[in-house]
Amino acid sequence: MKLIVAMRQLPDLVEELELDSSGKDIDREYLTFVSNEWDEQALEEALLLKEATGAEVCVVALDEPDVDSTLYTALAKGADRAVKLTGIPEGWMSTHDRAAILSAWLAEQSYDLIMTGVQAADDLDGQLAAIVAARLGLPHAAVVVRVDAKDGVAVVSQELGGGTAVEAEIRLPAVLGVQTARQPPRYAPITRIRQAMNAGGLEEAPAAVTPGVRPGLRRLFPPQRSGQAEMLEGAPADVAERIIDILRSKGLIDAGA
Amino acid sequence: MGSDVLVLAEHAEGELAESTFELIGKARELASAWGGQTHVAVLGAPRAAGALGGADVVHVVDHPAVSVYSPEAYERCMLSVLEHVQPKLLLLGTTTPGMDLGAALSVLWDAPLAAYAVGLVAEGDAAVATCQIYGGKLMAEVVLESERSIATVIGGSFPPSPGRSGGAGSTCTDEPPDLGDLRTVVRGVKVPEATGVDITAADILVSVGRGIQSRDNLTLVEELAGALGVPLSASRPIIDQGWLPKAHQVGKSGQKVKPRAYLAFGISGAPEHLEGMRDAELIVACNTDAGAPIFDVAHYGTTIDLFDLLPELSARLGG
Ligand SMILES: Cc1cc2nc3c(=O)[nH]c(=O)nc-3n(C[C@H](O)[C@H](O)[C@H](O)COP(=O)(O)OP(=O)(O)OC[C@H]3O[C@@H](n4cnc5c(N)ncnc54)[C@H](O)[C@@H]3O)c2cc1C
Repeated sequence: MKLIVAMRQLPDLVEELELDSSGKDIDREYLTFVSNEWDEQALEEALLLKEATGAEVCVVALDEPDVDSTLYTALAKGADRAVKLTGIPEGWMSTHDRAAILSAWLAEQSYDLIMTGVQAADDLDGQLAAIVAARLGLPHAAVVVRVDAKDGVAVVSQELGGGTAVEAEIRLPAVLGVQTARQPPRYAPITRIRQAMNAGGLEEAPAAVTPGVRPGLRRLFPPQRSGQAEMLEGAPADVAERIIDILRSKGLIDAGA
Repeated sequence: MGSDVLVLAEHAEGELAESTFELIGKARELASAWGGQTHVAVLGAPRAAGALGGADVVHVVDHPAVSVYSPEAYERCMLSVLEHVQPKLLLLGTTTPGMDLGAALSVLWDAPLAAYAVGLVAEGDAAVATCQIYGGKLMAEVVLESERSIATVIGGSFPPSPGRSGGAGSTCTDEPPDLGDLRTVVRGVKVPEATGVDITAADILVSVGRGIQSRDNLTLVEELAGALGVPLSASRPIIDQGWLPKAHQVGKSGQKVKPRAYLAFGISGAPEHLEGMRDAELIVACNTDAGAPIFDVAHYGTTIDLFDLLPELSARLGG
């Protein structure tokens, strides 16, 4: 069985995001890029499947900032192959463009299951899994929390909300948008990542599609703060006092507390 | 060119989701701006049609393959309803079906998609969507001006009441499309186990997110919750790590809570989290990042380190 995990880079959301001069993209110059946290979940579930079935795991990503570190980390965690699709322009890219590039590459590969994160923080025109699936004419499922697969069939738990999940059998090949692996993503020791880097096992292939879909994006802007959050300033002890006063004034804790 | 708006109704065991009424209300507003009608598609729950008073036309597609949500069968049914209705705009929730179908139909029905919408207005012939991006840290304004387009809308963005009453709707039963040879077959539905903890019933919740860093550090929030005599709740990553049971999760895929006070520590306020707690009467948020979206819904906020603040709170409430 062959599993392909599509991963990608995203700006680290802990940082402050500023707009560039076009107002349609963020200023990427000083940002740190990290791998999409849900792609890491997809990778973990794929590695668990590999352990259970002996499947081969191939990781693929577009060449975006710091992607090598994501791909080498995936190799260090146990992926068998890592492929970087090159010739990617800088800046925000629509999911439809990403899907077009990936689908063109996938058309040349053999696979049973394609897994990726359920969403990404900038997938303004939709989630990757279903778009790739629709392009390739494959069945798909989003918000997947468990995958078992053998003999050309995957048994998949798809979460609906409030913890309810539908268990479905999907005839392979298929594309899954993974929400959570059945265990937290494993840790790759830095020495193993270094080893993978020194071994230099990254494959490269040129992206075969020129991106061009910009779905009507007029502008980005910071959310209008409904502005109500009154910020409590001062030392921790003072702020703690204030919070307790607030709870007390609402009658939520005893006046004496 | 069509001027109608189509909504996919979502239901669990025949009970319609609140978000469906939110979408119908918005659909009516847009359809009336464009001089069109509001259509609602209901798959697999014929009896739910009666409750869809806000629609002009309800399309019922009934077949055993759609009695429980399944992406492939739903997709085929939606394509056939779309062919039939030819709407200008399809509205879906940012839910599991909405993520599956919105993205797939934007390819198969060939329509641009605006995802994570929290606002939608008619601007002449176009629809303009305001969407959350980068976990709610920025907003994107997207113009949908094609003959056909799709928006997936975050729950709680529009009021449900305008979708509950109105149009003297008619119901038509659409013949299901060919649902033979499906590659996706539902085996069963699993509901979460009851654990005895009901965070939706608490007056106050002490809620914790990834800022807490480790399972061991949870004692800090446990102490505060203990001092207040209230349950702990958490964002999804805390549950996914296995640090707290699923019943403690607040948000889109957890519980929707409405306590009198929600105290959030180290929670960024991702859209999926806000969906579950934004209606709390009082929200106090502690987050070292002054730009964290949680402060958009909080009444009081502090950027003090939670590791400094929690002991101060517990010490004052403990004795
Ligand atoms: C389909 C789907 C459904 C989902 N359902 C849910 C759901 O039901 N509930 C849910 O919560 N999420 C849900 N999510 C996940 C959601 O998108 C976010 O990933 C999640 O809410 C983030 O959790 P968090 O705020 O704890 O972590 P993060 O986003 O990582 O935020 C941690 C925060 O802690 C702050 N912090 C760090 N250190 C400190 C410190 N020392 N003191 C104070 N603050 C600190 C940081 O500034 C940061 O803002 C869902 C996602 C998907 C795709």
